[in-house]
Amino acid sequence: MSANKTRVLIIEDEADIRRFVRMALESEGHEAYEADTLKRGLIEAGTRRPELVILDLGLPDGDGVDFIRELRAWSAMPVIVLSARSSENDKIAALDAGADDYLVKPFGAGELLARVRAQVRRHAYTESGTPLVKFGDIRIDLTLRLVERGGQPLHLTPIEYRLLTCLTSQPNRVITHRQLLQAVWGPGHTEDTHYVRVHMANLRKKIEHDPSMPKHILTESGIGYRFVLDT
Amino acid sequence: MDIERPDPDKLLSQVQADEARAKRGKLKIFFGASAGVGKTYAMLGDARQQVLRGTDVVTGVVETHGRMETEAMADGIERLPLREIPYRDRVLKEFDLDAALARKPAVILMDELAHSNVAGSRHPKRWQDVEELLDAGIDVYSTVNVQHLESLNDIVSGITGIRVWETVPDRVFDDADEVVVVDFPPDELIERLRQGKVYLPEQARLASKNFFRKGNLLALRELSLRRTANRVDDEMQAYRKRSSTAPVWPTRESLLACVEGGERGEKIVRSCARLAAQFDVPWHAVHVDTGASAVRSERQHQEILRVLKLAQDLGATTATLSAPAVAPALVRYAREHNLSRLVMGRSHRHWHWPWQKAIGESIESEASDLDILRVALPSHEKAGNDATGTPQVPARLRWKGYAAATAICGVVTIAATPLLGLIDLTNIVMLFLLAVVGVALVFGRGPAVFAAFIGVGLFDFFFVPPRFTFAVSDVQYVLTFAVMLVVALVVGQLTAGLRVQVDAVTERERRVRGLYEMSRELSATLMPEQVAEIGLRFVAAEFGFKSAVLVADEQDHLQTMPGATAEVDTGVAQWAFERGVAAGQGTDTLPASKCLVLPLKATMRLRGVLAVEPGGKGLLDPEQRRVLDTCASLMAISIERIHYFDIAQKTTVQMESERLRNSLLSAISHDLRTPLASLVGLADTLQMTHPAPTGQQLEVIESMRNSATRMNALVNNLLDMARLESGAVQLNQQWQPLEEVVGSALGACTHALERRPITVNLSPDLPLLHIDAGLLERVLVNVLENASKYTPEGTPIEIRAHAESDNVVVFIDDHGPGLPRGREEAIFEKFERGRRESATPGVGLGLAISRAIMQAHGGTIRGETRKEGGARFIITLPRGKPPTDDGTDELPDRQP
Repeated sequence: MSANKTRVLIIEDEADIRRFVRMALESEGHEAYEADTLKRGLIEAGTRRPELVILDLGLPDGDGVDFIRELRAWSAMPVIVLSARSSENDKIAALDAGADDYLVKPFGAGELLARVRAQVRRHAYTESGTPLVKFGDIRIDLTLRLVERGGQPLHLTPIEYRLLTCLTSQPNRVITHRQLLQAVWGPGHTEDTHYVRVHMANLRKKIEHDPSMPKHILTESGIGYRFVLDT
Repeated sequence: MDIERPDPDKLLSQVQADEARAKRGKLKIFFGASAGVGKTYAMLGDARQQVLRGTDVVTGVVETHGRMETEAMADGIERLPLREIPYRDRVLKEFDLDAALARKPAVILMDELAHSNVAGSRHPKRWQDVEELLDAGIDVYSTVNVQHLESLNDIVSGITGIRVWETVPDRVFDDADEVVVVDFPPDELIERLRQGKVYLPEQARLASKNFFRKGNLLALRELSLRRTANRVDDEMQAYRKRSSTAPVWPTRESLLACVEGGERGEKIVRSCARLAAQFDVPWHAVHVDTGASAVRSERQHQEILRVLKLAQDLGATTATLSAPAVAPALVRYAREHNLSRLVMGRSHRHWHWPWQKAIGESIESEASDLDILRVALPSHEKAGNDATGTPQVPARLRWKGYAAATAICGVVTIAATPLLGLIDLTNIVMLFLLAVVGVALVFGRGPAVFAAFIGVGLFDFFFVPPRFTFAVSDVQYVLTFAVMLVVALVVGQLTAGLRVQVDAVTERERRVRGLYEMSRELSATLMPEQVAEIGLRFVAAEFGFKSAVLVADEQDHLQTMPGATAEVDTGVAQWAFERGVAAGQGTDTLPASKCLVLPLKATMRLRGVLAVEPGGKGLLDPEQRRVLDTCASLMAISIERIHYFDIAQKTTVQMESERLRNSLLSAISHDLRTPLASLVGLADTLQMTHPAPTGQQLEVIESMRNSATRMNALVNNLLDMARLESGAVQLNQQWQPLEEVVGSALGACTHALERRPITVNLSPDLPLLHIDAGLLERVLVNVLENASKYTPEGTPIEIRAHAESDNVVVFIDDHGPGLPRGREEAIFEKFERGRRESATPGVGLGLAISRAIMQAHGGTIRGETRKEGGARFIITLPRGKPPTDDGTDELPDRQP
């Protein structure tokens, strides 16, 4: 595991949480840098060149969403957002701005480390650029636009295919309704979230064994979806 | 191509009209030439067929006149009991409108559409009852004779010599959805009459001999068929317009009727209404007030108002114009309103001065492009109005004027006598001229002319040689006399006209100023009471009427504002308020009421009513009515402004307190959660320290972590409850499948439900639901966690959902001990738990929060113990109207 040593930047104003996150990361062998304000965080992100950022949304000197926008201008590094439970809109705004995942306080060290691992893995996966995606008994050939389930060809509508490929291209990442709408229907329909939901329900029926207890296409209530490769 | 294409706006208005029509009941009229042709019989026959078809038909009123065959037809159709109205010392029976509206049948039979209701009914006429029935969506069958049509009324009376007073406006007849002509050959009708098969009321029996002559019957038959043919033609025109089979170019040759009082005015109005109907054009009816109205008798004034009201009933736009002369006023009005044809009575004067023109002629010379239609008028009655503009001065004033003229001339004579010889005779003439001008200025034309004659006489007698005789030696004085007369006439005419104009202008200015001042005062008001007070003051100052203002409160109940001087009949006020139309005196509805009630119509909705009590004066003239309407709308706008001002203020306060509450709650939640988050995290890191903690240490760490997590759950619940209770939660509702929420809820309690078999059975036809996914997930999680807490490990949990007509119902069943008996509702209370003193963790907020969330969604949640054991939670959610569009067609045109 220590071969995957990752440089992580923690931006959080609470010293206790910062300390605990750092200790958890270091126990896994990662290298952690700390920043307690947004400004400090931006400087650290520029100078330390971390491979992953853990960002608290409730910082005293600014909006975390602005930080993500600024970061996304020059870097694609994964960003995990820490937020309070009740502020759904903040989370959606952060995800829309380009954050990759979120954690709700309070969270355990195990949870945190799992997310970090998933992001690092995803990064590697996306860069591999393989035209074949496999999960469960599903196999997608991106070049042939072919989807098979248990060796049998699976018929998907064009919308379902697009939704599926959009999800599978970014495993472990939380994708908001808005991002999916934009990717499939274009920028004119970002308010019609029921489009996504209707087709996602159909897609689940074809992909999942039990659509009400999905294994791969998970719902993030009120936020969007997360695609999970084999766990 | 373009010509054929229907105008979209027109299509829209047509669709809207169709919709309004669809809601309204249908009116079917059985139309006949005279009594006895069998209209009632035909109507009953039709109704019986409807009954056989299963339609809910009710008889409102049917006059069988004791005829056996008609009675037989009327049997078997439900009869609505009549209302008994005490009238003087008798009790009269009348149709009961309210009972009919309450009974709300599909079809109601209302014989004799033209019938006048007994005094004390809501409407004076039966056709108005019928309108209200139609508005309520009830189909009406009715009967009409041709002589009862308003516009044909005078023609029929001309043919038969019998005047019928009960009439139906043509509009009602034309707007009827179906007209069935009941035709009967005159010979057979006369035969039936002879056999006594036609019932006639006692008073008509005498007239019947004249009435039922073959010639009359033929003429009436022709009239009714022709009228129906016109209607059919209109329908055809409408059909052609609608289906765009051919372009139809409507010519807007609108008509302007110049109205005077009395029977002549009525004649003009009726003729004009008929013409307008034939050409299918709008028309106006105008009376020109030459300024004599102030001194004209009240009776004449009322006459004119009555004629204008008739015109209004026949569909005209009416107005009274104040102007010194009729012709220019009419021309100006016609130009302003784009009316190309004038309809007027044939010249009412048998002679006139050679320099005076009849109105028609002066219009011809003033505006040659206007068509003038002359209507023959009955000659036996003297013209009710001096349309030529001669002011009729009341006798007393007239005598005063003439006496003053005589006196002034006398004074001039006495004053001039000593001057004789000192100054020239021509200059003495000037003194007399001065007197004439003075008289003209003060008393008008008549006394001026009189003064001219007296002056001429006195001058001739006392000053012109030979003196003290009327003989004139020098012919040139004849010229002097003529000049004096002409000057008197011209000056008198001018000043009279000027005075009329000045009066009119002053009057108008006074009204405008009154309205202006009122609106200025209204703009400063902050309470509806102030608006009412200003309105009452205005009505009192402007018209001298008693009045009252009623303002609707939040529940649409009318509240009388303080300071009311008039007593308002609440029935009339309520009616006017509900319908948004004027009611009471001078209108079609409840005209017997003392008050005229005007609705206060603002932009968004009705705000109340203004009631005025015009006293004994009866009808208001259109000008007064317009000022009253303006006053009412000014008040309505002010009340609305105040209303919105209040709302804005309340909203600001609410927003402020909401902001405060939210920042307080989030501060609390942040301050409580942050240490808990650190605690959970630090406990976790403690496990990772080196050297690894021992078994006992691990146990302590584990229970530390669990306590912190539980504490966090409690804080969450308390904060959520506080948010939900304060109403600070705004639902983020979106249309989504239930399956998704169930899935994420199960995902969220994976840990709690670890060793339990869970079956989910959602029916495949579940619609999309309009829900806040996050909150609904909490409801499900709360119920599931409850189940896991209170049932033994390993027992299964089942989730099922199916759609009902209005709701989607979700069942969550467990196989535990079930809910405590008798406390199925209590468990949803705050801080309430199934079993007291239990070792199971929690404070009992979960279900209370769930219930609050479900209530916010318009749904319900309840629990019960199943017969076979185990608890069942039942969640219902309203279906609403899910969007049907799923975006398949919205896909951008590119290959996937």
